[in-house]
Formats: sequence, C-alpha cells, structure tokens
Amino acid sequence: MISPQSDQQNFSREPPGIPESPLVDLHPGRWQMALARARLALRSFRGGWAIFVESRIGVLSLATIVLFALMAISHPILMATVWDAEVYDPVTGYAFDRLDHPAPPNWRHPLGTDPLGRDVLSQLLSSTRSEFVLGITAALVTVGIATTVGAVAAYYGGLVDALFMRLADLIIALPGISLLIVLSALFRLNLFYLALIIGILGGFGGTAIILKSQALSIRVKPYIEAARVAGGGHFHIIFVHIIPNLLPLSLLYMMFTVTGAIFAEAVLSFLGLLDLRMSWGIMIHTANTGGYLLGGTRYWWLIIPAGASITFLCSAFYLVGRALDEVVNPRLRRHTS
Amino acid sequence: MTGYLAKRAGQMALTLFLIVTLTFFLVQAQPGDYATFYALNPDLPAEVRAQIKESFGLDKPLWQQYLVHMKNTFTGNFGVSFGHFPRPVLDVLAERLPRTAVLFLTATAVSFYVGFFLGKAIAWRRGGVLEYAATISGATLFTAFTPAFGLMMIWIFAFKLGWLPVGKFLDPLVWRGAEVSANHVFSYMLVTGAAFIAFAFLVLFFFRRSGRIGSAPLVRPVIAVAALAIPVAWAFSDIGYLALDILRHMILPIVTLTLISFAGTMLLTRNSMLETMREDYVMAARAKGLPEKVVRDRHAARNALLPVVTSLVYSLIFAIDGSVIIEGVFSWPGMGMTLLDAVRSEDLPLVMGSMVFIGLFSLLAHVIVDVLYVYLDPRIRYQ
Repeated sequence: MISPQSDQQNFSREPPGIPESPLVDLHPGRWQMALARARLALRSFRGGWAIFVESRIGVLSLATIVLFALMAISHPILMATVWDAEVYDPVTGYAFDRLDHPAPPNWRHPLGTDPLGRDVLSQLLSSTRSEFVLGITAALVTVGIATTVGAVAAYYGGLVDALFMRLADLIIALPGISLLIVLSALFRLNLFYLALIIGILGGFGGTAIILKSQALSIRVKPYIEAARVAGGGHFHIIFVHIIPNLLPLSLLYMMFTVTGAIFAEAVLSFLGLLDLRMSWGIMIHTANTGGYLLGGTRYWWLIIPAGASITFLCSAFYLVGRALDEVVNPRLRRHTS
Repeated sequence: MTGYLAKRAGQMALTLFLIVTLTFFLVQAQPGDYATFYALNPDLPAEVRAQIKESFGLDKPLWQQYLVHMKNTFTGNFGVSFGHFPRPVLDVLAERLPRTAVLFLTATAVSFYVGFFLGKAIAWRRGGVLEYAATISGATLFTAFTPAFGLMMIWIFAFKLGWLPVGKFLDPLVWRGAEVSANHVFSYMLVTGAAFIAFAFLVLFFFRRSGRIGSAPLVRPVIAVAALAIPVAWAFSDIGYLALDILRHMILPIVTLTLISFAGTMLLTRNSMLETMREDYVMAARAKGLPEKVVRDRHAARNALLPVVTSLVYSLIFAIDGSVIIEGVFSWPGMGMTLLDAVRSEDLPLVMGSMVFIGLFSLLAHVIVDVLYVYLDPRIRYQ
C-alpha cells in the first residue's frame, strides 16, 4: 500500500536514474493526452450510441439520412458513367426519346420527365447534394456562432450577456420565412447566401439562448474555477473548457437547423424566389407553374418524389435530433442508467 | 403586474423600432437606389412623384431620410402602394390584418389544445402503438412540405370530394347581388366571435370565483347554449348566407394550418410530461390513491404545461410563417399573401409595411404568451 505522502513525493521529484533526453519525454506528452482524450471520447460515444440505438425511430431516421447521402453521391457517378449529359443534365437536359412531356416513368427515365422534358430522377439526385450542402453549411454556421455566443455570454455575463440575449430575443420575434421572403425581394439569394443568412439568424437567435443556459451550468463547475486558479486566461477557459462541453448539445441543435434550412429553401424555391439551379422546391415550382399540381395523382412523378424527399429528409434530421436529445438529456430516458 | 406590462410595452416599442430600422437599412442596402426606384416609377403621375419625393425626403442625405422614414412609420404613413396604386399601404394592410388574425389565432388555439391533449396521452402510456403513430405522423406533418401539403388538401377536399371551395376569400357568384361589402360582413363576424369568447371567459370566471359547489357543471351548458344561439341569430339576419360563404372558405386553410402545427406542441408536451412524471408529487398523488386521470390531468399535466407555454412563442412564430405560406397556397387575401404579392411585383412600400406589421403581430403574440405565463404559474409574479 502506498501512502499519500510517498505518492506526492513521486510526483514532485524528477524521475531518478534516467538521463535527460530530448527523445524520451516522461511527462504525459501532448499526444499521450490526446490519445487519452480520444479514448475517453470513444467510450462516451459508445455509451451514447447504445442509448441512441434504443430509439428505433432514431435509427430508422439515421438510415434515411444515409440513404439520401448515398443518393447525393450517386448523381456525379451516374453522370460520369451511364447518363449522357445532353439527355440527363438536371437543368439543360432534354429527353429526345419521348415526345409526350411530362412523360410517365419508363425504362429510360425511372421517374419520368418533367414538363420541360428533363429527367426527374436526375433532378432529384442532383438536388439531394445541394440540400445537404445547404443544410450542413447552415448548421455549421449556426452552431459555430451559437456555441461561441452562448459560451461568451455565459462566461462574461453583464453587458455582453444582455446585448447578445436582447439580440436573440429580437431575432426570435421575427418570423424567419417572412424575413427571407423580404430579403429575396431585395437581394439575389443563391444557395451560399441563403445558408449563411439562415445560419446567422439561427446562430444569434434561439440556439444561442439554449446553449447559453447550458454554458451557465458549466461555468459554475469546479473545474472552471480550477482552470482559473491554475492561471488559465479567458480565451483558454472559454475555448478549452466550456465549448467542448457544449458540443453534444450543439450537435443536437445542428440537426434541428438542418431541418429548418432545407424547409426554408424548399418553401422559397417553391415560391420562385431563389436563384438556384435545381432543388426539390424548384421541381415542385416547375410542376405548379405548369398547372400539374392540381391534376392530383395523374402526374404523381412530378410531385411525390420531390415532396416526399423534402418531408423525409427534414423529418429524418428532426427525429435524429430528438433521439440525440435522449442521449444528451438523461431525464428523458426510459431507463435510468 | 401593471409595472411589468409597462416594461414589456417599452421593450416592445424598442424592438419595433429596431425592426423598422432593419427594414429601412435592408432596403437601402439592396442593389440600386430606393429613392430613384420609388420616385422614377413610371406608373406614378408627376405630381404624385413630387409629393412623394417631398414627403419621404428622398432628395436628402441618408440619415435625414432615416429620420423622415421613422417619423412616417410611427405616424402611420407607409407611403402609397405601387400594386394597389391610389391606396395607401396602411389602408391595404388594415383590410388584410384581421383576416390573417382570424386564420392564425383559430389555428393556433386549436392546434395548441390538440397538441397538448395528445402529448399528455402519449407520455402517459409510453411505448404504446399510439406513441409511435402520433410521433411519426406528427413529425411528418410538422416537417411536411407545407405548400405541397396545402395543395394536397385542396385536391382531396375541394377537387375530389367537392366539400369545400378551392381557395380565396369568397365566392363571387354568391356575392353578386349582395349590397354589403365583404369587409363589412367580416367585421361583424369578428365582433361576434370576440363577443362569444369574452362571454365564455366571463362565464368561466364567474362560476369559478363564485365558489359554490355544484355551479361548475353549469359552465358547459351555458356556453353551449350561447354557441348554438349565434348561428341561429346569423341565420335570421339578411347577411347570414354571406357569412356562411366566408366561413366555408375559412375551413380548409385553418384545418391545414392546424395539422401542420400541432405536432410541435405535442412532442414538447410529451417531453415535458416525461420529466414531470418523475417528480415526487406525482408519486405522492398516486400513493394517495387518486384516480389515474386526476393524477395525469391535475398533477402532472398542469405542471408540464409551463415549459410548453414558454415555447409557445416559438410555435407562434412557426405558425405565422406557416400562415404566410398557407395564405399563398389558398389565395387567402391576408397579410401573408399581401407580402408575397408585394415581393413578386416589387411593391417595396407594401413589402416594408407588411414586414413591419408581421413583426408587430409576432411581438404582440410574444407579450400575450408572457401574460399567460404569469396567470398560469403562481410562483412568478412580475414586479
């Protein structure tokens, strides 16, 4: 048995007997710390995964997202191998083999063609990629801003906190889609700007408030005080001690932002207010301006693939978010672990 | 309470000021010059152009324009709409605002009630078929592509079944011989609705406060009699058939808006209930031997309601956006459709005016939720 005293001695003394060498570093080095951290992260990931898997809806939704990701990847591959760009390009293609556009599904065009003679499947697949780009960009911008703002507001408090929170209140009070409609009247919005605007609105808005309340509970933990006593600067404490602990919750809100971004894009494209090449919303817009939407199920391939994709991808991200909620928030779990 | 309301009103004024500022600078930041765009519009006669230039100070530097814009906005002068030419923006908006308010308030109230009821039920019997069905259908409706869903509703109920009209506010064939305007009839309908709600609350308040045991069962019959008397009274008036026409046009948009927005409340209530159900007082209530229904409704759900009301602000904003889209799809001539039409026809004064009013609308909703919260949670008494 080792007494605490001898333990302390071992730590305070230089290790005896071994000569100082630049190659052998006996203190826990940076990479060793990183390894330990990675191992810890892996363990908590496994624990979280076990809880996540319990939610059947969550797993199903994750599978849906993976399926859509595969669809997004498949489009460039198909265009490079089997599909001729003149016929299958989602925007400029024209199906010369048919005359009755919009043509119903057939062997050459598995989901038929749209009123302008373009292949619907190709449009669907190429839009998937831009939806992912949009959703993930918006989510990253939101979470980047919201995590920083939340941590900074919680850490400093006072005037900084008040300013950011009033700003968040203002943004929450504004209906987002209406604001985007107004913006689209004034500016030419493309995919990147749209993602940026949605990200900024989300990041300074509601997500910042939620992350700030979480950061407040982290700020009073003993290890923050320990870090301050050890001489850690403000910047160090915020970015090394507070923000990593906010990340699980940030991940959760990324999911909800993706849902919001895809939905907003679809609505604005449907109203014909965006400057995009192709998207699910534009596909429905094309069908609607041609008057095919009120044909009901007769022209189903113009509406159902795009509409269902929007619904499924949005709800998949939303439901994955909810399943993650049970991982992050132990009070929602069915069993106390 | 009064002090709190005054403070909230002050904050609201500040927020509104910021929204107006934001719209002004957004318009200024757009490519092209708003001043020339406005004053050089060929649709305007020369004297109107000169008048606009003068009243908006379009020949002055930016900061002066901003001050003039502020003064104009807060004195209710939003300029003249391009699309509805001789009419001022405020006039157009005053006509459209009540229509949106009715659509929005009815749908929000119904969807909140339905969402809370379902959320309570699925949390209570966790893991049942009902939970899966409600979660999946709720999330699907919540994330459903609103325009496509609206068009699907039109297709089913208006085209295939033919039960309800396709869209718009009224049927011109019914109104051909009518001597009154639609706005006239609609404002009477609004007054009736508001009076009924006020009456119901008064009855509720009176019977609750009178404290006599046995008077509470009277609440429902009294309200039911009033609810029956209203349609009868309208049927005997000579504008009853016109009101019925407007009412028939209202059903489909309201149902659609309700369907897409109840899921948010439902899923949140479920979460909140799951947290409350673990509290000691719920176990205590069970241990006392109270019936399950009482434990659920009076002990668990009453406390689970609070976070749901807090987030009602979010769902209200969601519903405002939803009603903008729904109005566009159903051609319901409210604020949302005004905004869409104005954006499409580059009717900038109307765009700015509708944005300010939509902002005002959501701010009001915000304050109402806060006041509701004070009423519901006796622990909070704002100073």
